Amino acid sequence: MTQPLAQPEPRSVEREIEAVWRAEAGRVLATLIRLLRDFDRAEEALHDAFLAAHEQWPSTGMPANPRAWLVSAGRFKAIDRIRRRVKFGEIAKEIAATEEEAWMPRDAEPIADDALRLIFTCCHPEIPADGRIALTLREVAGLTTEEIAAAFLTKTPAIAQRIVRAKSRIRELALPYEVPEPEQLAGRLDAVLHVIYLIFNEGYSASHGEAAIRTELCAEAIRLCRQLVELKPEPDAVGLLALLLLQDARRMARVGPGGDIVLLADQDRVLWDRSQIAEGKALVQRAFGHQPVAAYTIEAAIAAVHCDAATAGDTDWTEIAALYDLLLRADPSPVVELNRAVAIAMRDGPEAGLRLIDGLLERGELSRFRYAHSAKADLLRRLGRASEAREAYQAALEYTEQEAERRFIEGRIRGLAN
Amino acid sequence: MRYLCMVHMGPDTFSSLDEAGQRQLDRDSMNYDKELEAGGHYIAAEALQGPESAVMVKVRNGEMSTTDGPFSETKEHLGGFILIEARDMNEAIRLAAGIPLAKLGQIEVRPVFSIPDPDRP
Repeated sequence: MTQPLAQPEPRSVEREIEAVWRAEAGRVLATLIRLLRDFDRAEEALHDAFLAAHEQWPSTGMPANPRAWLVSAGRFKAIDRIRRRVKFGEIAKEIAATEEEAWMPRDAEPIADDALRLIFTCCHPEIPADGRIALTLREVAGLTTEEIAAAFLTKTPAIAQRIVRAKSRIRELALPYEVPEPEQLAGRLDAVLHVIYLIFNEGYSASHGEAAIRTELCAEAIRLCRQLVELKPEPDAVGLLALLLLQDARRMARVGPGGDIVLLADQDRVLWDRSQIAEGKALVQRAFGHQPVAAYTIEAAIAAVHCDAATAGDTDWTEIAALYDLLLRADPSPVVELNRAVAIAMRDGPEAGLRLIDGLLERGELSRFRYAHSAKADLLRRLGRASEAREAYQAALEYTEQEAERRFIEGRIRGLAN
Repeated sequence: MRYLCMVHMGPDTFSSLDEAGQRQLDRDSMNYDKELEAGGHYIAAEALQGPESAVMVKVRNGEMSTTDGPFSETKEHLGGFILIEARDMNEAIRLAAGIPLAKLGQIEVRPVFSIPDPDRP
C-alpha cells in the first residue's frame, strides 16, 4: 500500500530542477553573461546557482519564478566569489568594488533580449566559423563539449579548443553583448541563420555515425530557430524555420531499414509528419509576404510543394520550376541551377533537363559534384540510354564517400544491367 | 563527468620560488581546493614528492622487480593531481585554468574512462 504523500518527494524536486536546467539554463546564462560581462564567470555563477537550487528547493519548494531566482542567486554567488578572492589577497579591494558595482543590475531590461544578445554574440562574424557552431551549441543550446564532438564526429579536445578560442576571441575584441543596430541587422542575422542551417544539415544529411545523436542536431537547430523567431520575427528567420520544419517532417521516410537512402519519389508519405508540415506551410506563407523573399523562404516553398503531393506523380513540377527560377535570382549558384534542371526535366521531359545539365557540366564548376553526375545518369536511364547512364553513375561513384550513397548508386548500376 | 587534472611541472618550478612565494602558492592551492569543494567539483587532490622519490614496480613471469623512478629523463614531471567533477570538457578546462600552478607549470585535463562491466555480455 502506498501512503499519500504530505510533502513533495525530494526526488521529484530533483527531477524538476533537471527540467528547469534544460529549459532555463541557456537563458539564465545569457543574462548572467550580460551582468558579469564574461562567459567563464557567468558559467561559474550558473553552476553555483543550480547548486544552491539543489540545496534549497527540496525544503523551500520551487520558487514562483525559477529563472529570476537563478539569475539573482548566480549574481550573488559571483559577488561572493569576488569577496573571497579579496580575502585571500588575490585581488585588490578597489577592483572588487568596481566589479561589484558593475554587476548590480542597471535596468530592468527584459530577460528575453539576453538570449538574443547571446545568439548574436556566439554567431559573430569575427569568430572563426567552426568556433561559432560549437559555441552556439554549447552556450545557447546547452550541449556538452562531448555531445557536440559526438554529433560532429570530431574528437573532444578539438571541439573544446574551438570553444576556448572562440571565447578568447570575444574577450580580445571585447565584442559587445548586444542585438545589432537595425542597419547591421541583416548581415548579422544572415550569419546567425547560417549557423543554424549548418547545424541542421549536419544532423540531416548524415548517413553515418550514431544516428540518435545526429538527429538531435536537427531538433536543436529547430529549437534555436524557433527561439530566434520568437525573439526577432524577421521574415528570413521565419523562412528558415519553415524550411527546417518541412525538411525534418520527412526525416522518418528518408532512411529505409538498414540505413539505406530512400529518394523523395520512393518515400512512404504516410511517415511524413503532417502537423509539422502544416506549421511549416503556414510559416512559408507568412515569410513570403515580405520583399525581397529570402533564399531560405523560397527553398521552404519548394519543400512545401513536395509535401502537398499525395503521391510523387502528383507533384506540381510547373510550380517547382517557377520557384527555382525565383531562387536562381535570389541566390544564384550552380547547385541551384542543377536542381532547376531536374525540375525542368520533370516538367518538360528528360531531354530538356539533360541539355541543361550537360551545359552545366561543360562549365566545369560541378564536374566533381556527385549529384550532378547522378542526376545526369538518372535522366539517361529514363531515356533508355543504358551505357551512357552507366558511365555517368560511375562518375558519380568516383566522388561519393558516404557508404549509404555508394550502395544506392551501385544498386542503380546493377538495375541497368537487367 | 569526472576529469583528472594532472599538474605537470619542471624540476625547478617550485624551488625557484623564495620561501614567501612557496608559502603563498601552498595557501592559494589549498584555497582553490576549498573553492572547488564549495562548488561541488572537488573529489580528491594531492601534491606529489619529486620523481627522485619514486620506485617503479613490475611483475613479469611471476617475478617482481623494481627500478628507480620514471625511466625517461623528462623535463617535466607529475607534481600533483586534482580529480574533479565537471559538466563537460570545457567546464573542466575552466576549472583547471583556476589551479594556481597553471601559472607556473601546465595542467593536463583528461576525462575519466568508465570501464564497462567485464562480466556483462
